[in-house]
Amino acid sequence: MVLTDLTLTAAREALRSGATTSLALTEAHIDRIVALDNDVQSYLTLTDGLALAQAAAADARRARGEDGPLLGVPLAIKDIICTAGAPTTAGSKILADFIPPYNAFVVDRLQAAGAVILGKTNTDEFAMGSSTENSAYVTTRNPWDLARVPGGSSGGSAAAVAARMACGALGTDTGGSVRQPAAFCGVVGLRPTYGRISRWGVIAFASSLDQVGTFGRTVADCTTLFQAVAGHDPRDSTSLDAPVPDYAAALTGDVRGLRVGVPKEYFIEGIEPDVETAVRAAIAKLAGLGAEIVQISLPHTRYALPVYYLIAPAEASANLARYDGVRYGPRRVGADLIDSVKKTRALFGAEVKRRIMLGTYALSAGYYDEYYGRALKVRTLISRDFEQAFAQVDVIACPTSPTTAFPLGERVDDPLRMYLADIFTLSVNLSASCAVSVPCGFDARGLPVGLQLIGNTLQEATILNAAYAYEQATEWHTHAPALG
Amino acid sequence: MTLTTETVAKMAHLARLELTPEQLEAYRGQLAAILDYAALLNTLDLRDVPPTAHAVAQHNVLRPDVVAPSLPLEDALFNAAQTAVDQFLIQAVLDD
Repeated sequence: MVLTDLTLTAAREALRSGATTSLALTEAHIDRIVALDNDVQSYLTLTDGLALAQAAAADARRARGEDGPLLGVPLAIKDIICTAGAPTTAGSKILADFIPPYNAFVVDRLQAAGAVILGKTNTDEFAMGSSTENSAYVTTRNPWDLARVPGGSSGGSAAAVAARMACGALGTDTGGSVRQPAAFCGVVGLRPTYGRISRWGVIAFASSLDQVGTFGRTVADCTTLFQAVAGHDPRDSTSLDAPVPDYAAALTGDVRGLRVGVPKEYFIEGIEPDVETAVRAAIAKLAGLGAEIVQISLPHTRYALPVYYLIAPAEASANLARYDGVRYGPRRVGADLIDSVKKTRALFGAEVKRRIMLGTYALSAGYYDEYYGRALKVRTLISRDFEQAFAQVDVIACPTSPTTAFPLGERVDDPLRMYLADIFTLSVNLSASCAVSVPCGFDARGLPVGLQLIGNTLQEATILNAAYAYEQATEWHTHAPALG
Repeated sequence: MTLTTETVAKMAHLARLELTPEQLEAYRGQLAAILDYAALLNTLDLRDVPPTAHAVAQHNVLRPDVVAPSLPLEDALFNAAQTAVDQFLIQAVLDD
């Protein structure tokens, strides 16, 4: 038994049966990270000492008769999520050496469940990016082809799960940052409904769009992790006080009669032929399993990209005003306070500065109505598209991204082209829907393709079951990238 | 659209960013291209459309007013570049 080959679900069974221990499982993952992560660069910080202590504690809990779906299971956390006592940089030099004084809600939940935290994974700076190349620290590589990007911004988490360097991982998704890297790395990535998971302790990028998401090698793995972190938190006033269903119980694999909408606006010029072929075949597979396929329209899809790139930078420009060198981060001293703040903020990378400038412009006197105000109105139209679609169908099926993983460096100098990588994921964040990306094949180069399944507000169980049914009827999730 | 260097410089100042002339020029072109793309929104009739600030609307979210421990002082100050007498230390903003 190669311990790092175990899915989260298989690892849980191995721990339950006594076939392995958390300590052995954790050591196997640390060994693999040490051996192979120089090539992938998925982790920014390895918290191996902490992980081994947590593993020993989990084994002790199990010896006392305790059990739980994550007890002793090694996981990775995106480095934009606060971990008390362990560095949290958000991929930025402006948070170099920042040690959070408290845990994010989701980290508290995982620790209470007895999970083992292996380390913090790489991210685009403040989650602003689609390739993880905007990290101020390292360049993460796609485990399927080390010359290509893992997607982003949660590229470190997606790559770590794909490379068998964690049984599962947490990311964040503001415009597609869980689903798009999941698609590029051939794993499952869930972006729940806004407010389903508390944002407490998650470093803010765009507060009306940010949401924690989960990665797994299978739908069941992704669901187990989601179950552990979903729920209400009074410390986040946007957290939804709605009951949390038993998501695992919803994974029946039965999609007979499920109405699956196929939006014509998501099969456009610019989508790679191999991606379209794989996604259309996946939709046919769902039909073969008994789902009813319905052609639908989301007419305002083409406006999502400009709406997103006004709203997200506007919110970011406000959220990132806090980085002034006073309460955290390095400080550079200038002639006076404002000069010092400016010199300190030179630590931001080029993309972060670009978005702060764009947001400042969209919010500034004289331009507010023309840009930000208008974007908020079009956001309403995009939300209405989904409301009308979900009156007709239960699930919307489409590609997660128009392409598979692109080469490192290809888009870094062309921001607009980089933004196009998120064209199929942004609308979900702007509306009250949820979505999951599940592997649905490979292109001619052997790179993974993702199928995106979108659900209505709080209908995570519906999309996870549709993804599960598809996954169980195919074998894409059994493929692993060759490393080392 | 055309964006002047002065406008970009003003935005940089408002955002407290220090940019070199080369950076200003690079951002001027990139921001203009992105804003040109945003002009697509001008083609829509939005007269009767209300704005959406949050996808899942919630109103007057309240929680019980219960006394709970706050972050310990040493934890709150731990990451600061400079502190003095249990406070964050910054440069003087007023003359002596």
